[in-house]
Amino acid sequence: MQTIFFKNQPRIVATGTIAGPKECAGIVGKYVDKTLDDDTFGESTYEKAECKMLTFAARQAIKNGGGSEKETDMFISGDLLNQIISASFTARDFDFPFIGVYGACSTLAEAYALAATFIDGGYAKKIVAATGSHFSSAERQYRYPLELGNTRPPQSQWTVTGAGGAFIADTGSPIAITSATFGKVVDFGITDVNNMGAAMAPAACDTILTHLRDTGRKPTDYDLILTGDLGALGSRIVKDLTWEKGVDMQSNHVDCGEIIYKVIEDEFQGGSGAGCSAVVFNSYIYDKLKNRELNRVLLCATGALLSTVSSGQGESIPCICHAVSIENV
Amino acid sequence: MTGKNRENYNANYIAYVNSFDPPTHHLKNCLRAFLVGGFVCTIGQFLRYILEAAGLYGDELAGTVSVILIFLGCLLTGLGVYDRIGRNAGAGSIVPITGFANSVCSPAMEFKTEGLVYGMAAKMFIVAGPIIVYGVLAGTIVGIIYLFL
Repeated sequence: MQTIFFKNQPRIVATGTIAGPKECAGIVGKYVDKTLDDDTFGESTYEKAECKMLTFAARQAIKNGGGSEKETDMFISGDLLNQIISASFTARDFDFPFIGVYGACSTLAEAYALAATFIDGGYAKKIVAATGSHFSSAERQYRYPLELGNTRPPQSQWTVTGAGGAFIADTGSPIAITSATFGKVVDFGITDVNNMGAAMAPAACDTILTHLRDTGRKPTDYDLILTGDLGALGSRIVKDLTWEKGVDMQSNHVDCGEIIYKVIEDEFQGGSGAGCSAVVFNSYIYDKLKNRELNRVLLCATGALLSTVSSGQGESIPCICHAVSIENV
Repeated sequence: MTGKNRENYNANYIAYVNSFDPPTHHLKNCLRAFLVGGFVCTIGQFLRYILEAAGLYGDELAGTVSVILIFLGCLLTGLGVYDRIGRNAGAGSIVPITGFANSVCSPAMEFKTEGLVYGMAAKMFIVAGPIIVYGVLAGTIVGIIYLFL
């Protein structure tokens, strides 16, 4: 059994989100706590901006949940930059313990699952779990300088500038985390770093099928199966792959990356990055859960576990997907 | 899904993924590259005529035209315009000397935050370095062949 069931049903009390101008032109614009007009957030470097966004999201989540930093037991976070500097540097500002996690773009689900496990076991009462990413810092680390006049391939995605987090506690809200499925690392041999959707889709398929098998649920038992950042192409592939295994999720599958942008520039397949699921889930989807327009959501954030060194050495891209079941109870 | 028969499955999956590859518009890309690349070269030729009229000739003339074009490439990179041109023009703005200026100038701007020595100066040739190395190598090989012909 790969799925953990939480008997005490830890609650997502509140969320905090922040996103850049390009993201807020899309669907999440109305729901985020703060819209940035300037993607440097008044800082001198993009890395500092990413860190400041993450700090804002974490603090806002605590504030929206009516909590205080004194009462918070733990901060679980990670990001895309080397040595997860944004998360660690954010934790520097907090006077409570920090658990750094890395799951590339699956970090949000990983952090939520861990937070729920701690609270369910009674080891913590209030945890803030957050993650974020920044287009410009990710481009520098994984791709090319921003001003380089190259063309982006049509399979590529656009890293989301934004951060989101949740204040998770033992009580305080009807929205509960009821179960979590930690994923296995799956690698089908994709080596094209511009085609993350195709690389991550098999991992998403594996975790979703495992989750459904372990819980005995059907896809229709969920109002929404929300994947993280497969993009338009990856979404199509994951639907095909699950269909092959006899699971039909055509009607209720949505991908955060696919919906976040109004594709006008070079976003092509949609958004990606840790901030993608963090912003979409914690703003738009959380709002729908709160208004009971959605009652049961399976959040499956997917991550590509590569580095520039591994892809330079010709390695294929191992991927992971963690699933968290979030319900109104 | 992992483990046994993994290689077979991978091959199937990769073939399946490749079937989604969007078609590349060769004709459209070539036309754009021709128009923009041609435009850059026309500017170069225009500068050449002006400088020739101003009394420059030979190596001085060629050098001055290149320097002006490199300056323009860097200026447009600094103003954040060159990447927008490149996005639409493709090879049209990468191949001319302005593209080389862009590939040196853009990392210099990007890595400035890591310091002037280990950041800007050290990483300035991160994109253009291979062009220089293999350009010199290819030139040497062609030169040796030419020697024996």
